[in-house]
Amino acid sequence: MATQHSRSAARLMMAPAVVLLLGWMLVPLTMTLYFSFKKYLPLRGGDLGWVGFENYTRFLTSSAFWPSVQTTLIIVGGVLAITVILGVLLATLLNQPMWGQGAVRILVIAPFFVMPTVSALVWKNMFMDPNYGLLAHLWKLFGATPIEWLSQASLTSIIMIVSWQWLPFATLILLTAIQSLDSEQLEAAEMDGAPPIKRFGYITLPHLSRAITVVILIQTIFLLSIFAEIFVTTGGAFGTKTLSYLIFQRVLESQNIGLGSAGGVYAIILANIVAIFLMRIVGKNLDA
Amino acid sequence: MGRITLDQVSKSFGDVEVIPPLDLTIEDGEFTVFVGPSGCGKSTLLRLIAGLEDITSGQIRIDSQDATNVPPAKRGLAMVFQSYALYPHMSVRKNIAFPMKMAGIAQDEQDRRIEAATTALNLTDYLDRRPGQLSGGQRQRVAIGRAIVREPAAFLFDEPLSNLDAALRVGMRLEISELHERLKTTMIYVTHDQVEAMTMADKIVVLQAGVIEQVGSPLELYNTPCNRFVAGFIGSPKMNFLEGEAAAKYGAHSIGIRPEHLNISTDEGAWKATVGVAEHLGSDTFLYVHPEGNEGETMTVRVDGEFAVRHGDTVFLTPREDLIHKFDAEGLRIP
Repeated sequence: MATQHSRSAARLMMAPAVVLLLGWMLVPLTMTLYFSFKKYLPLRGGDLGWVGFENYTRFLTSSAFWPSVQTTLIIVGGVLAITVILGVLLATLLNQPMWGQGAVRILVIAPFFVMPTVSALVWKNMFMDPNYGLLAHLWKLFGATPIEWLSQASLTSIIMIVSWQWLPFATLILLTAIQSLDSEQLEAAEMDGAPPIKRFGYITLPHLSRAITVVILIQTIFLLSIFAEIFVTTGGAFGTKTLSYLIFQRVLESQNIGLGSAGGVYAIILANIVAIFLMRIVGKNLDA
Repeated sequence: MGRITLDQVSKSFGDVEVIPPLDLTIEDGEFTVFVGPSGCGKSTLLRLIAGLEDITSGQIRIDSQDATNVPPAKRGLAMVFQSYALYPHMSVRKNIAFPMKMAGIAQDEQDRRIEAATTALNLTDYLDRRPGQLSGGQRQRVAIGRAIVREPAAFLFDEPLSNLDAALRVGMRLEISELHERLKTTMIYVTHDQVEAMTMADKIVVLQAGVIEQVGSPLELYNTPCNRFVAGFIGSPKMNFLEGEAAAKYGAHSIGIRPEHLNISTDEGAWKATVGVAEHLGSDTFLYVHPEGNEGETMTVRVDGEFAVRHGDTVFLTPREDLIHKFDAEGLRIP
């Protein structure tokens, strides 16, 4: 393919990018590992020396650890289910020819451009507030007592907010995938006697499997680390403390950098376990 | 049974009428070919028969039953698409089984039909492969297999060979013709290739701009084309047309003479001409000659076997008088 010369030139030119990326990743990782083996309390004496694996055992045995792992998985799973299912339906709808298609598509994408902090605040104050929120008004309209969303249905609320943000992403990817479906295949299935629902199940859905895989992989990576939505709504209360939020609390609220770093290492391990599982379950879809 | 009747069928897309009202009857068991230049509406006509497009006005009858508003699946027709339209995520077996599965046919009957179809189409070794792992010709056969197992009233082929290379195309042409001999089912075949039309058809329908120019057997169209368009479209190489003085001598606005109906000689004949390009194929020789006094024109001459002339040589042409086609100013045939 390439000559020896051009290959070494290519390596040389890629080197700055590779070095930068490596540094970007390695420096924080090494520092996290370094602090996780220390007792380091910035406001209570600073660096108090090496403590071995004590931070790791403390983090793991703390009563908040397992619930936070559970919360993380529930949020990730809930958001994935909602965005993938609604995303497929929305993409199917948007693929139909209609008046003002371009404008509608842009509107559908819009939530993705809103910053997480802003959208969480908008949801918290304009929709979910039990006194003056839109949903409270809706409940009152039917004579029901408004739900205090963020305390009574805290996890559901956060899943709703995050799903609203990520649905456009899923829809966009799935829409492009649907558009690449050969219309003759659908016509052939129609001739073969498959009614619309079966055409969707036998032709469209299998065609989308690869795009769904991509959506699940990418969203999982980002959803494992959601923070802003929890910070501005519940502040980690009412059982919405995810692993990343727990680490934040250990480092900034408890001012215990060593303990937080150990939590960070656990988070890396968790993310990798999830990633490996996902790759094994859905990775074979990407080969075909 | 599969007798298909189109009665005053027309199709418009918005304001554009692509098919003005037309009548056509396709008899049971007939191999009918729709042929015409691209954009002539032949594929649209096929899709109207299939039910994939709604007709704007008129009536379609299949076996004298009104099928105008019957959905495609219920018309009992099977279609083979240009892109084959195989389901990429299903194995060959599942692709072929799909229409039967949709129709709810019993499993052992499904197996029997798959067995019969794949044996006939030489696909038994590929049943567990995906379409992506097959060659173009094999995919084509899977698409045909998927149509056969439905045991349809008629097969519809939409330019099925245009994605294959030339050698494969000839082979598949024979296979489809043999299939028709064996099944005796009505087949409607759309192509822009007049060679396919001539070799396969019982009946050719020549279309231009949505209008049927002529319907007839291949040799009828070859021997007595009803107008200049059909005369020029059927036959390979194309018919030569002469206007003006040469045509006036025969009392016509223009005359047509097929390349194989010109006698050629190096020393005497009716028209003198200079050889432009000479194609020596061994079995035939095709000469593209420029007539004297009208050097801008090119006439094609087909000579059996070998004929030793080269670029720039002078030759003499003599038309076979009984095989000259005469046309009036509208391009219609003068008997």
